[in-house]
Amino acid sequence: MATVAETPAVERNYLNQGEGILSWLFTLDHKRIAILYLVSVTMFFFLGGLFALLMRLELLAPRAWLFNPEDYNKLFSMHGIIMVWFFLIPSIPTTLGNFFIPMMIGAKDLAFPKLNLLSWYIFMFGGLVTVFALIRGGVDTGWTFYTPLSTTYLNTYVTAAAAGVFIAGFSSILTGLNFIATIHGMRAPGMTWFRLPMFIWTHYATSLVLVLATPVLAVTLLMMGVERVFHVGIFDPALGGDPVLFQHMFWFYSHPAVYIMVLPGMAVISEIIPTFSRKPLFGYDFVAYASMAIAAIGFLVWGHHMFVAGLSVYSAMAFSFLSYLVAVPSAIKVFNWSATMYKGAISWDTPMLYAIGFLGLFTIGGMTGLFLAALGIDVHVTDTYFVIAHFHYIMVGGTVMAFLGGIHYFWPKITGRLYPEGLARLSALIVFVGFNLTFFPQFVLGYLGMPRRYAAYPAEFQMLNVLSTAGASILGVGYIFPLCYLLWSWKYGKKAGPNPWRATGLEWTTASPPPKDNFEVSPVVDGPPYDFGRMREELHLG
Amino acid sequence: MAEPLALILREQFHEPSQQRETATLGMWIFISTEIMLFGGLFLAFTVYRMYYPRAFIAGSADMNIALGATNTAALICSSFTMALGVHSAEIGSRRFLNLFLALTMVLGAVFLGIKFTEYYLHYLDHRVPGPGFFFAGADASKAEMFFLLYFIMTGLHALHMFVGEGILFSMILRNRAGSFSAEYHTPVVLAGLYWHFVDVIWVFLFAIFYIEGLHLHKW
Amino acid sequence: MIPGLLLVAPASAIAVEYDWLFWSLVVVCGGVALAIAVFVVWSAIHFHRRSENELPPQIKGSLKLEVTWTVIPLIIFLGMFGWGASLYFEIERPPANATEVYIVARQWMWKAQYLDGRREIDELHVPIGRPIKLIMTSQDVIHSFFVPAFRVKQDVLPNRYTTVWFQASKPGKYHLFCAEYCGAKHSGMIGYVYAMEPRQYALWLSQGAAEGSLASTGEKMFHQFGCANCHHFDGQGPCPDLKGLYRRPVLLTTGQTVIADESYIRESIVDPAAKIVAGFSNVMPVFKNLVTEDQLVELVAYIKAIGPEPGTQQPSSAGSVPASYGGQPGISGSGPAGISTDQNRAH
Repeated sequence: MATVAETPAVERNYLNQGEGILSWLFTLDHKRIAILYLVSVTMFFFLGGLFALLMRLELLAPRAWLFNPEDYNKLFSMHGIIMVWFFLIPSIPTTLGNFFIPMMIGAKDLAFPKLNLLSWYIFMFGGLVTVFALIRGGVDTGWTFYTPLSTTYLNTYVTAAAAGVFIAGFSSILTGLNFIATIHGMRAPGMTWFRLPMFIWTHYATSLVLVLATPVLAVTLLMMGVERVFHVGIFDPALGGDPVLFQHMFWFYSHPAVYIMVLPGMAVISEIIPTFSRKPLFGYDFVAYASMAIAAIGFLVWGHHMFVAGLSVYSAMAFSFLSYLVAVPSAIKVFNWSATMYKGAISWDTPMLYAIGFLGLFTIGGMTGLFLAALGIDVHVTDTYFVIAHFHYIMVGGTVMAFLGGIHYFWPKITGRLYPEGLARLSALIVFVGFNLTFFPQFVLGYLGMPRRYAAYPAEFQMLNVLSTAGASILGVGYIFPLCYLLWSWKYGKKAGPNPWRATGLEWTTASPPPKDNFEVSPVVDGPPYDFGRMREELHLG
Repeated sequence: MAEPLALILREQFHEPSQQRETATLGMWIFISTEIMLFGGLFLAFTVYRMYYPRAFIAGSADMNIALGATNTAALICSSFTMALGVHSAEIGSRRFLNLFLALTMVLGAVFLGIKFTEYYLHYLDHRVPGPGFFFAGADASKAEMFFLLYFIMTGLHALHMFVGEGILFSMILRNRAGSFSAEYHTPVVLAGLYWHFVDVIWVFLFAIFYIEGLHLHKW
Repeated sequence: MIPGLLLVAPASAIAVEYDWLFWSLVVVCGGVALAIAVFVVWSAIHFHRRSENELPPQIKGSLKLEVTWTVIPLIIFLGMFGWGASLYFEIERPPANATEVYIVARQWMWKAQYLDGRREIDELHVPIGRPIKLIMTSQDVIHSFFVPAFRVKQDVLPNRYTTVWFQASKPGKYHLFCAEYCGAKHSGMIGYVYAMEPRQYALWLSQGAAEGSLASTGEKMFHQFGCANCHHFDGQGPCPDLKGLYRRPVLLTTGQTVIADESYIRESIVDPAAKIVAGFSNVMPVFKNLVTEDQLVELVAYIKAIGPEPGTQQPSSAGSVPASYGGQPGISGSGPAGISTDQNRAH
């Protein structure tokens, strides 16, 4: 690998090369675009989180006491729409992916920088349309827009909300396209496919799903919108349509979408664990193949969202079988990450704490997926809080933890500053405790039979709901702390050197923050990633 | 008079071949997303064709095969002229590139003109889905599904044609400004890929909407 | 939490088997998750960096381990799949002798119609120890019939019938929930299923009898809507003879054969042109906006009641339906009601 660059005496970096708001709004620099996205997704995260908080407050009591049921229905719908499409799907790829994919492969920028900026504008436009729907009165279809409820029976801003999501989808597609082209065509000399950091492999798999699945969502929402606006019947049985067809098309996208949401989290974990264990990623080849397998098999399991929806018994069996198959590569990855820690030299820095939390919570979330894949089990727990707990363990216990871990890990490189370690570790602990208190009781609630999307519930479910709400308030605090201290550290944090974690990887060979063109000298690669042994001298190890 | 190489090579690339290959890959990825986009609609068509075979064949018999076939011929010819245009760019002949780009645009415009004429004729015959829809025969409500899919799918295709016309026009402008040469004409190649793709989609649309009910036409 | 769990104690035969699988999964998955968690936390502590410059052994991988932890989970997963699938088959296949009750769901209530003509709203009274099969449809959007204590759930769709069955094993009052979000009062679309001992059930039956059975009301509808004017029972007349129709294979003008299940009968009334019996023409009026779902249930019950001629081959249990059909009639899985046998599993 390339030698470590000298820290420049005069700090000209991507942040100060070009002043003024216009230089940011018209930037073509992937790092600045990543920052634009970071600001956007953070705003959406807290907006979606606010809805969650309001929902949990409502659920403190069995009767609808804080909101009437119609408004509660809007809350969970908006929470889902904003969190899925405006936070989870863009989060890691558009922030850490945009920033670090070129750097990790030794390139100056992505393949198509203008397309990258366009992606952000499209994303913001879609967000604007959705927020418009929100302000004008909200949407109450659930994030799943099932027909004929959404097309014929509701009077809220369904079309506007769907339009916002439709628009944002194009942003996803363009980002995925950019990443694929970049990873194929912009690698530094010597950076062969099997020398790529696992972050790149995993984002590559994510991008394949992004470009192939998202168009199906676009066309599904388009047809739903046409039906609603022109009063024709594509999915409405009263007019000759088939509501189950909508579900098939919707889930054909939305199942791969969950892999779009979790694979980037896995990408971050694959970087953090080797660095903080100071060992190569165990079973690199297998982790790479597993990522691709998750992307591929992930396209074949959508029917497991429809086991009680009217599938034939034989289709259901096929989908159940495939759902178990897709669990295997995820298991392989968890084992490999754990094995990476074995006999390592482990440090408990905040990114590693988040990664360890990810291992536990993603494993629980994945295991409960095994429950749901079992046909007989799913009949009882589908459409209950069991499913809600399952996907929150993966999305929040998995992706959000990985996102926070990645933000902390890459913070010194992005900003040139260190965050306050003590406060950060405390926050990680608060998040972990708050998360489990919020969502573990929901597994029990689901088994007991509490259905999803209920504004009011039988009194015997109250205690578990109160526990869950208590957890949610702790979790909220856990998220607000990093927002504050990270912002604080950007101005007042201790200055960071090029490689505070002594990680391998091209991105750590350049200054913190990096110069506009990423590298003073274009790197040349001559060895595998995570090779602490080969780099012992540069990293002052052993 | 080609532009100096340095001006064409974008900052993020090391050399022209890298730029060309990456851009071409980008266009192929984009085309694969378009296949998934139309694919969803083809899936919906397939499902309803299976549910309501009689109605769909009756709907297909109602289509204007003469206009449909003319449109198909126009688009296939336009792909031919487009290919000739790409060839002209490859041999550095800017004059012929202009000619063939213009011919392609004209054929595309012919297609769009005929298409919108057909839409108007459908409108007059009350074949537009919605409250005003009318179709003689017992399968009326199911035939409405056929026409709904027809309008959505050919409409989406027409939208892509408009974008294609815009792309071709910008190629003509750039060619006149001297941007293209035998050494550098990647945008023309990529425009050609896009145009051919839109043509292929039309061939499938023609098959599913026009051909099915041919045997019921009274010649 | 233990008392809470008792609140959803298994109250049906299936529920007991369900709980065996569920808790086995809890033990296996919980055990593995715990093992991984312990390993990870132990590693983090045991292999804590001793010095800032420590460089541990740079182990790259192990093919043996990879194969092991691929194959073993795969085998375990296949076992889970098999057990779950076999339970699912039981859940999806009502016994042939199940007592039928019709459910019409609408925003935001459950309407039950019993064969004896009795009706209930948001409540079901059933005897323990007998299989009950619900034949359900929705008047508007998709709902889902969910009784946690019985461990059963089935989406209820507009324009078609779906079925669910259960056999209550313990007397009690059990929650009924709508489990598919259906609009404003989704969380209010709830009720109770009362499972009763035979004596209590007989007592309940003897109170408040209905005017006439479901089938006899259907017969009245059959005459009221003018069906009898065309559908004669003497084999003559311009319309097919409906006697013995239920569950018989029907040859259509298109050459396909379908089974006359509940969905087929319903579709024939609301959309007669969809399937025309071979040898007849498309002259039946469309009753789509003239008859309610409740009335459709009555008509279907009547057609079923004038069932087969004595001696006619009748499929008596799941699995003995005619080969050309390929599945259980009237069960969830058909497309818009009664599409042809070959494509009956379109989804």
